[in-house]
Amino acid sequence: MVGIIGYGAYIPRFRIKVEEIAKVWGADAPSYKKGLMLQEKSVPGPDQDTITMSVEAAKSALVRAGIPARELGAIYIGSESHPYAVKPSGTVVAEAIGATPDLHCVDFEFACKAGAEAMFVTYGLVKAGEIKYGLGIGADTSQGCPGDALEYSAAAGAAAYIMGADKDKIVAEILYTNSYMTDTPDFWRREYQHYPRHAGRFTGEPAYFKHVLGAAERIMSMAGMSAKDFTYAVFHQPNGKFPDRAGKMLGFSREQTGPGWLSPTLGNTYSGASPLGLTASLDVAKKGDKILMVSYGSGAGSDGFILEVTSRIEEVRDLAPKTRTQLEENKTYIDYGTYVKYRGKIRKE
Amino acid sequence: MRDVAVIGLGMRKWGELWEQSLRTIFTEAAIDALDDAGVDRIDSMYIGCMSGGLFVGQEHLGSMLADYLGQRSLPATRVESACASGGLAVKSAYYEIASGASDVVLAAGVEKMTDVDGNASTYALATASDQEYEAYHGVTFPGLYAMIAHAHMKKYGTTKEQLAQVAVKNHANGSRNPLAQYPYKVDVKTVLESTLIADPLHILDCSPITDGAAAVLLASMDVAKKLAKGRPIVRIAGVGHSTDTIALHARKDLTFLEATQHAARKAYDMAKCGPGELDLVELHDCFTIAEICVIEALGLCERGQGGKAIDQKLTTADGKIPVNVSGGLKSKGHPVGATGVAQILEVAKHLRGEAGERQVKGARRGLTQNMGGTGGSSIVHILEVC
Repeated sequence: MVGIIGYGAYIPRFRIKVEEIAKVWGADAPSYKKGLMLQEKSVPGPDQDTITMSVEAAKSALVRAGIPARELGAIYIGSESHPYAVKPSGTVVAEAIGATPDLHCVDFEFACKAGAEAMFVTYGLVKAGEIKYGLGIGADTSQGCPGDALEYSAAAGAAAYIMGADKDKIVAEILYTNSYMTDTPDFWRREYQHYPRHAGRFTGEPAYFKHVLGAAERIMSMAGMSAKDFTYAVFHQPNGKFPDRAGKMLGFSREQTGPGWLSPTLGNTYSGASPLGLTASLDVAKKGDKILMVSYGSGAGSDGFILEVTSRIEEVRDLAPKTRTQLEENKTYIDYGTYVKYRGKIRKE
Repeated sequence: MRDVAVIGLGMRKWGELWEQSLRTIFTEAAIDALDDAGVDRIDSMYIGCMSGGLFVGQEHLGSMLADYLGQRSLPATRVESACASGGLAVKSAYYEIASGASDVVLAAGVEKMTDVDGNASTYALATASDQEYEAYHGVTFPGLYAMIAHAHMKKYGTTKEQLAQVAVKNHANGSRNPLAQYPYKVDVKTVLESTLIADPLHILDCSPITDGAAAVLLASMDVAKKLAKGRPIVRIAGVGHSTDTIALHARKDLTFLEATQHAARKAYDMAKCGPGELDLVELHDCFTIAEICVIEALGLCERGQGGKAIDQKLTTADGKIPVNVSGGLKSKGHPVGATGVAQILEVAKHLRGEAGERQVKGARRGLTQNMGGTGGSSIVHILEVC
């Protein structure tokens, strides 16, 4: 029995509304709000990045897991916004939470599914018996070019998962995993570029939907399960509309997808997106609940996870800040000027 | 000149065809047209394509597409007149047969528009406007047609609701066309509340970006009779082709499409008929205002009365003169080079009685009108059952 023994979420407090961005660019805010089902997005503070948010989420995961950080055998961080091109984010996080020096560490990149990959690899190493515990993190301070459609969604957040095999510690057992990938260039960022480029509507049907639906259908078939067998379902959330539509196409109701559907008010946290949807679903789950999570990363691929929640969820969920609490409370709205300053979009020289 | 008939029709579903390339969508349509006619040998081929170069980086289509059709060594010519390229392919094939130079000629149109993003496709389309006087100043086609709409509204009292009604009608028609890109109905409120693109045009006033191909096989009447096998023979009775200034501002009247009027007059004269003797019309509704201007230029209603004609349901599927029963560019889609060929195909289907649920009952004569830019070129064909 291998699964999640601790989880943690982190969402910065700053928010910017779709109207505030649209006002600057002369864009039609109602069409973005309706077309992409987006209201506002989170913004990292000027002193926050993938590393600091990973530390916050990891600390919550450790508290819920109830294990010392020194027992972690691996830390893997998936992100599109590692602060360094060369030098791992993971070493800083490992040092900050007190996990060094006896552990494996590497940074992952697979567009928005790098966080789910970090979860999968830590799960696999625990299952193989190579490590006792492993920490997998998805975190991003997402990039969106000023004026581009991505600027309305690119947000910040992190989710951390500690995998283990101690039966009495498992919060959610991982029953099945799968991966579905092809070479599909729908969204990319080259070396030295600040912002990703994307192929417009091509990012939809042949990219996001093909892979998310492909992974979801295959893992449900592998498990002999259908939509009605799940209490909750979480899909990667580049905007509000895509996961909502994917859920409907697969036969899930809003009751099933709603708790993990954060993007309308969170935005797209890239590598953090589906992992944060899962933390939010775990926050409300009960023993025996089955959860489907499907990530998506451009390039492109999706990872599927089927989990079953244990009774330990009741003991741990209140030990750290819940996802919805961070999303809905204590928000600070900022204007576009503050936003571009915080995001480092103003050149001083 | 010899009589020319339409003997084969080929077209598959239009839309965002992510899994296909320009050559595959062309080849499917062309083979379907050959199969429909029962022919495996053609004398030559014309391909209407506005901008293979800007949309997919591929020119020299004659060579490539003849090869992929399995017709290597065939004389194959790509023709271009912006969004009227398809109509021009049909006209070119028509004259090659009418002159006696060939007996069986394929006229096809193709455009693969979704391999580039929205900005690049807008740029490619804008090359059909006057680069020095229009495009360089930032105006694109939605902006140019919005100016036409404003002028029409000011001069004749045409309303936004009348524009929206064009989209409502064409989407209702398209909902009965299984090959249409957007085969769903819309209502006036939805059109008026859709995203504003260039005032007064909303996104549902605009035709979409589409991948698609269409092919028609033309033949001399002798060949057509041999291959008819009891099916009605559809004859091209009239052809008209005219040009106007490429720049909108250079026109005497922003609201009137002179090239379309000239092309229509020539086609009517050749077919010895008038606008009151048509059973259906497929015309170039790239924007809703375009349909209003075109029905005026074709003489289907009085000049300036296009908006009122829409109100009076003159052009609905069960109206006096059904316009765009296929769904038009608006609902069926607008792969620019293919549009003019698909119009011929639609009218021929009705004249053969093969249009299924949307069949115009007893149709004997139909007209197609295909247009480039803001009306800088226009091609009209009139088809009849023999």
